[in-house]
Amino acid sequence: MKTKTIRVDYLARVEGEGGLFIKVRDNRVVDVKLRIFEPPRFFEAFLRGRNFAEVPDITARICGICPIAYQMSAVHAMENALGVKVNGQLRALRRLMYCGEWIESHTLHVYLLHAPDFLGYQDAIAMARDHSGVVQRGLQLKKVGNEIVTLLGGREIHPINVRVGGFYKVPSRRELEGLAEPLKRAREAALETVRWTATMPFPDCEQDYLFVALRHPHEYPLNEGRIVSNRGLDIAVGEYEDHFLEEHVEHSNALHSVLKLQGPYFVGPMARYSLNFDRLSPLAQEAARQAGLTPVCRNPFKSIIIRSLEILYACDEALHIIAQYEPPEQTAIPTPVMATTGCACTEAPRGSLYHRYRISDQGTVLDAKIVPPTSQNQRVIEQDLSQFVPKFLTLPEQELGWRCEQAVRNYDPCISCATHFLKLHVDRG
Amino acid sequence: MQKSKMIVIGIGNPYRSDDAAGLLVARRLKEQFISACEVHEQAGEGVALMELWKEAQRVVVIDAVQSGAAPGTIHRFQANLHPFPAPIFRDSTHAFGLIEAVELSRALNQLPSDLVIYGIEGEHFGAGTGPSPAVLNGVNDLVRDLHQEINQFLVSDPPVSE
Repeated sequence: MKTKTIRVDYLARVEGEGGLFIKVRDNRVVDVKLRIFEPPRFFEAFLRGRNFAEVPDITARICGICPIAYQMSAVHAMENALGVKVNGQLRALRRLMYCGEWIESHTLHVYLLHAPDFLGYQDAIAMARDHSGVVQRGLQLKKVGNEIVTLLGGREIHPINVRVGGFYKVPSRRELEGLAEPLKRAREAALETVRWTATMPFPDCEQDYLFVALRHPHEYPLNEGRIVSNRGLDIAVGEYEDHFLEEHVEHSNALHSVLKLQGPYFVGPMARYSLNFDRLSPLAQEAARQAGLTPVCRNPFKSIIIRSLEILYACDEALHIIAQYEPPEQTAIPTPVMATTGCACTEAPRGSLYHRYRISDQGTVLDAKIVPPTSQNQRVIEQDLSQFVPKFLTLPEQELGWRCEQAVRNYDPCISCATHFLKLHVDRG
Repeated sequence: MQKSKMIVIGIGNPYRSDDAAGLLVARRLKEQFISACEVHEQAGEGVALMELWKEAQRVVVIDAVQSGAAPGTIHRFQANLHPFPAPIFRDSTHAFGLIEAVELSRALNQLPSDLVIYGIEGEHFGAGTGPSPAVLNGVNDLVRDLHQEINQFLVSDPPVSE
């Protein structure tokens, strides 16, 4: 038996660092391991001893691409702990802010991280030389997402305006109306994005995934809902830890999340879409049909179309929120301080993000648990690669490495909530 | 008010020790040049950077780097003249960060005509607030140098109000 090792210095266009190890024997994949090197409890430890009111600001720094998601899971968890419910226009503003983040995060991924794979370019820079108009469209679309987040958050990145109970400041009606025209243009650009991604070449790769996402009685899920699956799970967020288990896996510093008695599961746009198609706006549903999708999608490469649909939905939803906005009288609901525990789950661009906090009677964080979507997807990424790599084993090593990277990028992984790069090793025993 | 001809952008993460270096430089310069020169603090997200420097003629960017040099060492790159050397800017939380923003701007012919990037060599990028003493020395040195550079620029090409 021959052993060959392929080394890719870093997995490009993915957040963070880790190692991807694939063992091949007699042209069969016998092992796939996704190694994450970052100590897993980094930020959780950092939060201990902090005042609960600081948590939204600190958690926003865990991820530079989805700070809103971390803030939202954090404030909802604190409000759950303290018995506070944010409703009405404050709730609408939070949804609007989340729409802004979905627009900017998904757009960055679709245009600058993932599309180059499908069009045969090394990176977005090479793609921009041939398709400058398309890349400009993506940049303008992302800019609108940034503008929403800046207006509501006070800054584009690491927003400072979000607090437990609401916001420090709320926008005027005129300020929000100022976003309407850019959002209408963004919605058109999003529709173009769906059409564009629908034409890309997709490998024939479907799997019977266990999808998990939030589901809400009326809305496509952002901040709130029950946790559901396509195999019968339907629980309140408070029951999360009764059903989901984190296992420490020897080859990885990050913990692998599994659904008890059912195994690895898939979170993110494709899961949300497949569990909530009926909650999309009519425009987004029609765009999905025109793109050749059915209400359930199981091809992970088509996540690029799904992300584009979610950008479209977010533009649509943002316009809807702005049209009915009236500034609330209170910018925030008062919150008591007491010894308590609370949790929340919101839909980050990459998937369900769970936070739990235990607070002292002085309002200090005693412990924190944060389960990011990427750590929930690790096992299913490994499974995908096990299925996928055999189809490309005859390719030259470098191209095989690139295909593996593309498959990992289907998940838009944020391995950083870490800070390193992915190394690929293929051992052809 | 005429759009800025010169802007300064400090990039970093205040919760990652030496990664705060660029932000500290920006903060100190902002105090010294309150309205005369536009100074921004950024987390390093590439598209936001491209948007900021698109309208400016002269741009100075400061970020922490990791290249193996002594902590506090200051590197200088005239980015608009030639492509980046091997990646040393620590894009700790972004797949599309400073380097990518520069190269994408170049591909789209949107680079400012004068883009200088200063890298302050860092050593510790783990959790923590506040850079190490060696890096702080680098921050102080760069603030002093940029203070002079900005003053020279303002004297030779002052902003004009309409």
